[in-house]
Amino acid sequence: GHGGGPSARIREGDCAVLKRDEVFKAVSVLPPRKIIFEKQWFYLDNAIGHIYGTTFEVTSGGNLQPKQEVEETSTETKEAGTDNRNIVDDGKSQKLTHDDIKALKDKGIKGQEIVQQLIENSTTFRDKTEFAQDKYIKKKKKKYEAVITIVKPSTRILSTMYYAREPGKINHLRYDTLAQMLTLGNIHAGNKMIVVETCAGLVLGAVMERMGGYGSIIQMYPGGGPVRAATSCFGFPKPFFDNLHEFPLSKVQSLLSGTFSTETLPAEPEENALVEEESNGLSEEKQSSLQEAEEDPAPEAPMDINPTEEQDTMDISAEDVEFKENKEKENKENVREKQMKQWERRKKLKEAAALLREKNADGLIVASKFHPTPLLLSLLEFVAPSRPFVVYCQYKEPLLECYTKLRERGGVINLKLSETWLRNYQVLPDRSHPKLTMSGGGGYLLSGITVVLEKGKSDSSNSEALKMEEPSSKRCKLQDLPC
Amino acid sequence: MSFVEYGDTIKDGDTAIVFLGHESMFPVKVQHGSVTQTKYGVIRHSTDLIGKKYGSKVTCSKGGWVFILHPTPELWTMNLPHRTQILYSTDISIITMMLELKPGSIVCESGTGSASLSHALIRTVAPTGHLYTVEFHQQRAEKAREEFREHGVEHLVTVTNQDVCKNGFGVSSIADAVFLDIPSPWEAIGHAKSALKAEGGRICSFSPCIEQVQRTCLALEESGFTEINTLEILLRVYNVRTVSLQIPDLGKAAEDNSSPGFDSGSPSHQGSSCANLQPGTVQFKSGVPLREVVGHTGYLTFATKS
Repeated sequence: GHGGGPSARIREGDCAVLKRDEVFKAVSVLPPRKIIFEKQWFYLDNAIGHIYGTTFEVTSGGNLQPKQEVEETSTETKEAGTDNRNIVDDGKSQKLTHDDIKALKDKGIKGQEIVQQLIENSTTFRDKTEFAQDKYIKKKKKKYEAVITIVKPSTRILSTMYYAREPGKINHLRYDTLAQMLTLGNIHAGNKMIVVETCAGLVLGAVMERMGGYGSIIQMYPGGGPVRAATSCFGFPKPFFDNLHEFPLSKVQSLLSGTFSTETLPAEPEENALVEEESNGLSEEKQSSLQEAEEDPAPEAPMDINPTEEQDTMDISAEDVEFKENKEKENKENVREKQMKQWERRKKLKEAAALLREKNADGLIVASKFHPTPLLLSLLEFVAPSRPFVVYCQYKEPLLECYTKLRERGGVINLKLSETWLRNYQVLPDRSHPKLTMSGGGGYLLSGITVVLEKGKSDSSNSEALKMEEPSSKRCKLQDLPC
Repeated sequence: MSFVEYGDTIKDGDTAIVFLGHESMFPVKVQHGSVTQTKYGVIRHSTDLIGKKYGSKVTCSKGGWVFILHPTPELWTMNLPHRTQILYSTDISIITMMLELKPGSIVCESGTGSASLSHALIRTVAPTGHLYTVEFHQQRAEKAREEFREHGVEHLVTVTNQDVCKNGFGVSSIADAVFLDIPSPWEAIGHAKSALKAEGGRICSFSPCIEQVQRTCLALEESGFTEINTLEILLRVYNVRTVSLQIPDLGKAAEDNSSPGFDSGSPSHQGSSCANLQPGTVQFKSGVPLREVVGHTGYLTFATKS
């Protein structure tokens, strides 16, 4: 089957994810390339052949070495204080200087030993409470013991990674919100799904993972072509792409009105699509940074991302572009091949159009930077009755309007506007509590179920539906007015 | 129809959802000659349901009407007969994603309870995966088996009637993921570990109380699980309402009776979402939180075996 667990071994050319504590980074496993992650550089050569989930230590020269299980050597009787009434912050408790520590590092001393030395040279360590000692060790370990785990990409890992590292690229869609979308949309093997997203291809990847290569997906894209940088991080097998179709949003109206034809399309050479795709990505970034500039002066500051790292994250997509650019050159040389490509493109477009014309999709997933109302009003036409749809929006207000317009249109029931809150916990003996920080917002969802739309007498049925589903407006006015 | 495959028309033997209105629905087993009573009158299965399209409006004997919906695990969760407290779709969503479930996954679950989560798990791992679910209460186990048969998913699930803490899941080294919703999950961690594949997998435990979480986390750590992480997810639903607020009379109405000064020129003024229909009031659309919401279902603890 297409399924399978996390069993596989790391192979050259794989898409993998590096993990250090709670920080993730997607990379492709290409041995000669230097990787920079969390202020460390190394090569992935030695990781090849190991099972996914293996934890490695970075040794001198940037080599990875599987971490040996170490027994905690704390058999000696522990000394600890009971409170901090006599601990004074004079800045002199650590006897090792910065230079001493740097010298230790330069000598290639293992992080574990550096931590031990720091403890021994701390005059206050023994007076700290047991809990404070624990916390001190943990902090130092994090800083000096460089361990990296290589894990297999999944929706869990990639959506967590994107939300932490590049939330702007996925419209601040938090991973628990994405999880709701997949469930509310009843995404499963065999579906025929319509997906509209401007989330770097993350939502598409999540849908593809849940469908496991069974069924079909029609991705509706804005501009010159779909962005699938995040999709490529999943490392899906080739057959998963056999039934992945794409259709330009700009042709939806003509398809609905029956005037659509691939012949009326402007000759769209591959380069155009690519250039647009790229500039699309760029302008998107500029736009969002402009939009957020005022409200959010330093949105990424606490995420511990340095610029070089950021660039490095783009490895995969950058390489992709390079690859395509080379292709372009070849195309220019070979006109016939170009024509073949175009013919192929048209054929694929025709196939996607035919699939849409059947108007029997099993669901609609929307997660984009666009206003949801026009998307919904048009694209629901392609969905069969008694099927779920889910719309994500970073903001609540557009979904309020969308809700109202869908009610006016009819053909939908069980409309629900919702949001999830996510709270993480520290669980330790006698020290359990919610984590200090939580996400302020992960976006909003509007979901519902399609039903047979009765044209003609829709007016009367709508008012009935309204009566049926919404409490009378008079009553809610009373409720909502401040006394 | 089955819970893992959409069908277009209603057939004899199907489980369908009768939708009467907002949050008001119930499941019905479609049978030739059978009738179902609703507050809008009688539905006759042979003539009103069988052969009709899912999503159709069905007129009942008293002239009122209902919609007939195709079953999904989510609709089933909202309508199933409770034999125990159940997990709802908000928790189920995050469980499914954090356990990394997909077609082909092998999952172990205990207890089966009312099989709310079970249906969602089966939907996600179909057509090549499998669910091994363990329930120590004999009648509940039997009832779950019966439902799986009726819902066309029996080939995707094995129900075992035993105590998971004593006897485990009845399988070893085959699972990609394990889910526990039992009072003392720490007693089942060892069995969970041996049910998971040798090369690793994911585990989740659901507990309402923090003391249960503490013991579970300790047991997970002792068993060598990594990436131990506890979280909680809460759903907030908003009612979409049109609210009108009165403009206070500050005594200058005589000079300016067209519109209140602060509102003029605002772009939303032209839209239907904000208008002054009555003099002295402003209307707007609002997403209003429900007056009372679920504040806690349970803590979800996840971990990795590697």
